[in-house]
Amino acid sequence: MQNIIRQLEEKRAHARVGGGEKRIASQHAKGKLSARERIEALVDEGSFEEYDMFVEHDCSDFGMQDQKIPGDGVVTGHGLVKGRPVFIFSQDFTVFGGSLSAAHARKICKIMDQAMKVGAPVIGLNDSGGARIQEGVASLAGYADVFQRNVMASGVIPQISTIMGPCAGGAVYSPSMTDFIFMVQDSSYMFVTGPEVVKTVTNEVVTAEELGGAITHTTKSGVADKAFENDMEAMRQLRRFLGFLPSSNREQPPVQATDDPWDRAEPSLDNLVPPNPNKPYDMKELIQKVVDEGEFFETQPNYAGNIITGFGRFEGHPVGIVANQPMVLAGCLDIASAIKAGRFVRFCDAFNIPIVTFVDVPGFLPGTAQEYGGIIKHGAKLLYAYAEATVPKVTVITRKAYGGAYDVMASKHLRGDVNYAWPTAEIAVMGPKGAVEIIFRADKDDPDKLAEKEQEYREKFANPFVAGSLGFLDDVIMPHNTRKRISGSLRLLRNKKLENPWKKHGNIPL
Amino acid sequence: MFSKILIANRGEIACRVIKSARAMGIKTVAVYSEADADALHVEMADEAVAVGPAASSESYLVIDKIIEACKQTGAEAVHPGYGFLSENAAFATALDAAGIAFIGPPVGAIKAMGDKIESKKLAQEAGVSTVPGHLEAITDPEEAVKIANGIGYPVMLKASAGGGGKGMRLAWNDDEAREGLVSAMNEGRSSFGDDRVFVEKFIQEPRHIEIQVLGDKHGNVIYLGERECSIQRRHQKVLEEAPSPFLDEATRKAMGEQAVALAKEVDYCSAGTVEFIVDKDRNFYFLEMNTRLQVEHPVTELVTGLDLVELMLRVAYGEKLPLTQKDVKLTGWALEARFYAEDPERGFLPSTGRLVRYSPPKERDGRVRVDTGVREGGEISMFYDPMIAKLITYGEDRNAAIDTMREALDDYYVRGLNHNLAFLSHLVAHPRFREGQMTTNFIAEEYPDGLTPEHMLPTDPKLLAAAGAIIEFCSVNRDKATRGGIMNYSVFIGEEDPTELSLTVEIGKDADIVTFDGGETLEIKSNWTAGMPLFEATVGGRVAIVQIDLTDSGYVLSHAGTRALVRVVEARLAALQRLMPYKPPPDMSKFLLSPMPGLLVRVSVEEGQTVKAGEELAVVEAMKMENVMRAVSDGVVTVLHAAAGDSLAVDQKIIEFE
Repeated sequence: MQNIIRQLEEKRAHARVGGGEKRIASQHAKGKLSARERIEALVDEGSFEEYDMFVEHDCSDFGMQDQKIPGDGVVTGHGLVKGRPVFIFSQDFTVFGGSLSAAHARKICKIMDQAMKVGAPVIGLNDSGGARIQEGVASLAGYADVFQRNVMASGVIPQISTIMGPCAGGAVYSPSMTDFIFMVQDSSYMFVTGPEVVKTVTNEVVTAEELGGAITHTTKSGVADKAFENDMEAMRQLRRFLGFLPSSNREQPPVQATDDPWDRAEPSLDNLVPPNPNKPYDMKELIQKVVDEGEFFETQPNYAGNIITGFGRFEGHPVGIVANQPMVLAGCLDIASAIKAGRFVRFCDAFNIPIVTFVDVPGFLPGTAQEYGGIIKHGAKLLYAYAEATVPKVTVITRKAYGGAYDVMASKHLRGDVNYAWPTAEIAVMGPKGAVEIIFRADKDDPDKLAEKEQEYREKFANPFVAGSLGFLDDVIMPHNTRKRISGSLRLLRNKKLENPWKKHGNIPL
Repeated sequence: MFSKILIANRGEIACRVIKSARAMGIKTVAVYSEADADALHVEMADEAVAVGPAASSESYLVIDKIIEACKQTGAEAVHPGYGFLSENAAFATALDAAGIAFIGPPVGAIKAMGDKIESKKLAQEAGVSTVPGHLEAITDPEEAVKIANGIGYPVMLKASAGGGGKGMRLAWNDDEAREGLVSAMNEGRSSFGDDRVFVEKFIQEPRHIEIQVLGDKHGNVIYLGERECSIQRRHQKVLEEAPSPFLDEATRKAMGEQAVALAKEVDYCSAGTVEFIVDKDRNFYFLEMNTRLQVEHPVTELVTGLDLVELMLRVAYGEKLPLTQKDVKLTGWALEARFYAEDPERGFLPSTGRLVRYSPPKERDGRVRVDTGVREGGEISMFYDPMIAKLITYGEDRNAAIDTMREALDDYYVRGLNHNLAFLSHLVAHPRFREGQMTTNFIAEEYPDGLTPEHMLPTDPKLLAAAGAIIEFCSVNRDKATRGGIMNYSVFIGEEDPTELSLTVEIGKDADIVTFDGGETLEIKSNWTAGMPLFEATVGGRVAIVQIDLTDSGYVLSHAGTRALVRVVEARLAALQRLMPYKPPPDMSKFLLSPMPGLLVRVSVEEGQTVKAGEELAVVEAMKMENVMRAVSDGVVTVLHAAAGDSLAVDQKIIEFE
């Protein structure tokens, strides 16, 4: 017995140093933490319970039988984040470059299976050179086993990937199917094929950072949701982020105590919308002034800036927020923004998170780039997502709600539960100028008449009353009361019951 | 008394006048331009009349429109505030012709004092001391020596067209006077094509001290003590106080009596200010007289207990002054700091934008007064004066007024545009200011580059660490019922080479105890809860206010004009935090960035163009000023990121170079 205990201690000590002090030091020199240090920073003190610490690979080719390190390049287990359980796998770059062997994949699958059973999120901390090439197809099979589980878990438990080192080739497809991807600046990259292959095949010269670094994926590709400055910041923000999410689709999101009054008035919102309809304003100011404590966790802040997505709280209850941003492309919907917001709405709906939508949308972005790119199908993703969602939906139109884009943005017609408008709202098929140019096409050479008709159209439609008279709006609210009205609506809707007809799954226009 | 008056102004002074008028039961009429339709003064007034487009030359400065507004509303008198039409003789004349009272001095006084040479002559006739000098050009070095000896050294030899140090020579003796004349003439000729040179007494360590006078239409004029306004930047006052820490009773009396004599010379019958320059030996010389209410009048109000606007209204209506000189008592000390929408961290460039958050300090028991013309959600445009509010504090003595000012500045929470509050905090904390050792060169000498990154370094890291730790604890442990507990933290202050402080925070029912590694303890009382932008606390009995901004990286805490990123980590994770590398902000040297929010008027280069250092690249307009941006080195333009007509945010990319 004594002997066994001593052996256990030795084995644990051996496993804990992973690839050895030297490799950990080299990881530190790159500004990166080790796999275990990351977990330590992520979970509540002393709460991590590790599984499969002694697992080793079973490869005997290319001399691998002589190189065995307990854990085999990934640390797995569960711990608590602010008292709530999460499952974690943290790839260890110091062990075989974090490469994925069959055994490594089995460890990940084990915790994913258990997370599904108990209903707790899975957090992946990715830092891996890729497949364990020595193992050949066994390694690929391992990836596919993880992929299958990613898909099964999708919509059941939140899955979050944090890319903290390399993530290349097939390895990228596991994070890509998780709900959110975070990256660490300067030390992480993701791509399907690396710079060398790109050079050989297309003759493009590009660095790993330019091809798939945090800036690329948070500004150009939209693959990642947010980038953090370093590992510690990433772990701290991940803890904060988890505070908005339920543990599974069977639970409600966690409620956080707050002293922020539910009916806090914000008089300055009364002049947020400028008198000139062509002048932009910052929709984020509205969001920050209405959510609890001004706390807004924005996702994809630097991608498709014409739509804002992220999480906030009302009376302590998390909500997903979608808002048009007049500061970027006048708040038009385009391919990128529809995909960004559509995916966000579906996440919220899957996990019982109510959706608050702020609308100031002049329409869809015109042009050949958009039409050739398939705005018809991509724009439909957001429409589909809103129409499908059964969670509480509260919508506030602050200014423009024109044309088809009005329908898309959580309108009453898409089962919006409570639809408000500010007095500055204009709900119409299009802006007065464009409308008059079409209706009075015959008078195109008579600018005076057009101006007169434009004024007439403006008076008739550039207000919330027509839509109000048709019942498409529930009320016109004063901007300073926006928080109070949203809080009240969400409270009312907390027990909302709505189900879609049984189906295997819908067919969203992918 | 008048039953209705019109205020021909905007901003804080319009609001200020409305307050007094309302207290007296007088109805008020505001005027406003298109840009001010939502402004505070419009809301405060009983009535408001639109007077035209945003540009003041087409609205606030148009005499006919103001008179029309009076007629339309039946206003019996006009208070002009300061600036705009306040010292415009034509305006006062026009009002007179229209039978509307002007709440100010007679036209003759405005005219006389509006002319530099005439006002100086009048002052001399009234027995007011003026800067000794010779008003005719001299060319002979020996004549220069003779005049200089008559005035007394040191003297300044000034080229007629000179300025900015050019064509100016200081002389302490006969030799320097001879040489100085020749070189000033040469420099004047070569730089300005004008070799006329004058000689004037050089004022050593000059201070700006002014006397508030008040007269009525019955020939009574009194003085209400002085204000010292030596803290200026490019002739723009920044801090003012009453009384002056420099004057003795005899000088005060002499200055006051001369000011009254001058006012009487021009039949002055309202509030006015006689400005003096005072040298290090307390010799004082007349500069000019301002025939209006002065921006810094509140400091006089606080030490005299008088309402100057009320008195202006009364005397304008024809009432006699309710007090005589012997009734004027100066009690305590008052300090005024001017809130400017300008950025001291970028060479005081003007700043415009929306006041996303605007929460002035709480006015409390006569010790803190805020004269503001804006409110949260207001827009600071490029059309008007960047001075948008004044913070005035009062104390039994100068130190008390300064201490209250420091607290109130920390309590002033503004977001959305850059401003000078941190700079003001530095000014009032400066030892030279504390000691009253200032001259009009104070800012130029002590802050030649405005606020630098060194100025922003925290002076009280322990306070920030303690505040950060309590903020962290209370953000994580939100249940008030079970509020309490102990936590060990390591607090990292600053980004590059952060200062690390290990501490234990013990949250108690009434007070929190922060114990630093090494044993020092702070007892902190605060009722901060998550979401509050200000951490207001008493620390060992002393009030401390820390402003909080949340970022992904940590808390950005501002206090006493300093600002730092504060990262609070559990002590067990301190070693890991230490491993995190400092990441300097990205190199922007390959970009031309907009130095301020404004309008891109012109881009002077094209993509692919080679530019030489000094070449014009673009022009940005802000605050009515065109700022020409030039290449700092040779290079090739690769990308134009913005086009003429674009509205620019601060730091927005305009041009990229290779």
